[in-house]
Amino acid sequence: MVGTMDAILLQILNGLDKGSAYALIALGLTLIFGTLGVVNFAHGALFMIGAFCAVTLQRLLSLSFETVDPTKTDFLGNPAKIKTPYIESWLGPETGAAIIDWSVPLAILFSIPIMLFVGYVMERGLIKHFYKRPHADQILVTFGLAIVLQELVKHYYGANPIPTGAPDAFKGSFDFGVVLGFDPNLIIYPYWRMVYFAFAAVIIGAVFAFLQFTTFGMVVRAGMADRETVGLLGINIDKRFTIMFGIAAAVAGLAGVMYAPINSPNYHMGMDFLVLSFVVVVVGGMGSLPGAVLAGFMLGILESFASMNWIKDILPGIDQIIIYLVAIIILLARPRGLMGRKGVMED
Amino acid sequence: MSNSNLTRRGVLKSGAVAGAGVALPTIFTASSAAAYTNEPTGGTVTLGFNVPQSGPYADEGADELRAYQLAVEHLNGEGDAGMMNTFSSKALKGNGILGKKVEFVTGDTQTKSDAARASAKSMIEKDGAVMITGGSSSGVAVAVQGLCQEAGVIFMAGLTHSNDTTGKDKKANGFRHFFNAYMSGAALAPVLAARYGADRKAYHLTADYTWGWTQEESIVAATEALGWETVNTVKTPLAATDFSSYITPILQTDADVLVLNHYGGNMVNSLTNAVQFGLREKQVNGRNFEIVVPLFSRLMARGAGENIKGILGSTNWHWSLTDAGSAAFVKSFGTKYGFPPSQAAHTTYCQTLLYADACERAGTFNPCGVAEALEGFEFDGLGNGKTLYRADDHQCFKDVLVVKGKDNPTSEFDLLEVVEITPVDQVTYDPNHPMFAGGALGECNAG
Repeated sequence: MVGTMDAILLQILNGLDKGSAYALIALGLTLIFGTLGVVNFAHGALFMIGAFCAVTLQRLLSLSFETVDPTKTDFLGNPAKIKTPYIESWLGPETGAAIIDWSVPLAILFSIPIMLFVGYVMERGLIKHFYKRPHADQILVTFGLAIVLQELVKHYYGANPIPTGAPDAFKGSFDFGVVLGFDPNLIIYPYWRMVYFAFAAVIIGAVFAFLQFTTFGMVVRAGMADRETVGLLGINIDKRFTIMFGIAAAVAGLAGVMYAPINSPNYHMGMDFLVLSFVVVVVGGMGSLPGAVLAGFMLGILESFASMNWIKDILPGIDQIIIYLVAIIILLARPRGLMGRKGVMED
Repeated sequence: MSNSNLTRRGVLKSGAVAGAGVALPTIFTASSAAAYTNEPTGGTVTLGFNVPQSGPYADEGADELRAYQLAVEHLNGEGDAGMMNTFSSKALKGNGILGKKVEFVTGDTQTKSDAARASAKSMIEKDGAVMITGGSSSGVAVAVQGLCQEAGVIFMAGLTHSNDTTGKDKKANGFRHFFNAYMSGAALAPVLAARYGADRKAYHLTADYTWGWTQEESIVAATEALGWETVNTVKTPLAATDFSSYITPILQTDADVLVLNHYGGNMVNSLTNAVQFGLREKQVNGRNFEIVVPLFSRLMARGAGENIKGILGSTNWHWSLTDAGSAAFVKSFGTKYGFPPSQAAHTTYCQTLLYADACERAGTFNPCGVAEALEGFEFDGLGNGKTLYRADDHQCFKDVLVVKGKDNPTSEFDLLEVVEITPVDQVTYDPNHPMFAGGALGECNAG
């Protein structure tokens, strides 16, 4: 029984960090869909761009000058060139190395203005021209945009994953088993994944608080419920919705920045999350923010459980289809999703 | 009343036969005009380089293409001639192949079988390629090899490691210089047993496709023969990106070794996740938990960063080898591009030279003549020591490198160190070995 309990606890933990990424991406998707009525297939690309903000900052901080060391040789037998980061030469080796080590958390600050700008340009430059077009057109144009963005990233950063480590302080893992009275080394969990979950909870909380407790948020919520009436009251709802697009892009970007140490970023990572995140949105209920978060965590945990060996022994391949299977069951039982409202995408 | 023998059914049958004849691709009918498919008639000969230029293995494909361009330069008498100087066969003269200047066209496999077949077909039919080479996946290699067999051109495989390429899917027109999963197991197992003990318990995570299956089968057989026990073998979806839910169950077993039968992005992520979950610090029965990556690629390993330090695996070739052939190749490649070549670059460069040399020795581009020249060909000086292109299955037999992630790399390229060069005898197997059974070379097809 203990063996089962610790396996279940571990998979719940696994599901929480997977679910964190799903929830953050789905939250942004729902924000955009709820405010602008646009089905944004480029949202996964925003997650990927966020991760590459972390890669870029790490590279910028690691920019180096070369000095020739005659005592060493390179692979061709020529005197070796030793690279020293500028930042280490300016601030001293220890301070410089510490700043480079903390490049991922620092990239949170670096990415916010970039993601807001990317979101703003994407909305004003392309997506606003598709507001009145059918959803199929929106899906095609945003999917095309996603491919363009990922090919651009591949052109400049290459196709291989780029290691982007967490700060040394967060390397290693925490032994939950000992705390809960199990044997050591049975339930261990990486520190950075715990940080990711906590970070996701803070961001989700902040978005909800922003919408719930600020005047801006109140207007946006009113606009989501009845755009026309809010417009008739003389409020420029379009401008606010554009800002919400930027915020949704920033949420996806932050999810990407913090995900970089979990799996080395590559140009394709957005697509890997995109389809699953759409399933999350549909299961949660189109346009429902709490639904997106709830479904994100629920499907993340279910996916983890489906990967357990004894479940796979009974139902081979279940780990690959569980999310879609659950989506079908939920949509059959509740066609509007878990927390979907009447009237959304039903006209 | 007409007395004609024509019937409605007869007309339909004749029409169908005639229609099918007209619709036959030109690759099947071109032979009527020439002695063989795409027989070069002018002063040039065209080779088709079919590599992943997009998709997840694009960086590996780019390195293959660099090597091909270098090989073409050397064949045409430009540059420093690289490994042509060290190659044991002296048939190549630096004046192209059989006096014809070498030109090339490229295709993008996208690491998808259908896309790879389409690009190979286009290079054969439209560009007149007389040989197709390249690729960075066994699925692609098997698919393109089959197409080349039908089309009547030679296929010189690129990076493909599945036993099936020269096993159940082998073809008379296909040749592989790269090593295979069986050889990785045979080379790696004794080193693993010597370093980690002969009574280990292994847990396998395996990419769920042809290469992963043959890799797992090979390592399981080789390690069990030396006394290891296999605790579990778990297949992971090729599309998986986060392996945490596959890695955490290992904590609940008494396994003390994790074997990652993964390649590319799968390998980078599963290894990174395994290290994140503290497996390398784990102690089982008083011994260190170990991780093994049977097929190492330096280009891919870079993505896993410092997680590869100390991890054992195998590789076909490494730029740090000091034999004359390797040194000549590294010098040519490094001088031209500014960094050392990958194993993918090495095998594709060798394949181009081997093809050209076989044409010279056969005195023809006819695929059947070239195949005959390659079959049973023994050579040296291409970086892997004495090598045999075995006639029975068109597989090269040569020494295999067991490597380890370097603890203190001196540069971004210095990621692996060679811990043992396993002699060819130790990795040679019978052509009828069960892991390679089920296929036949068939007859050479000249188109």
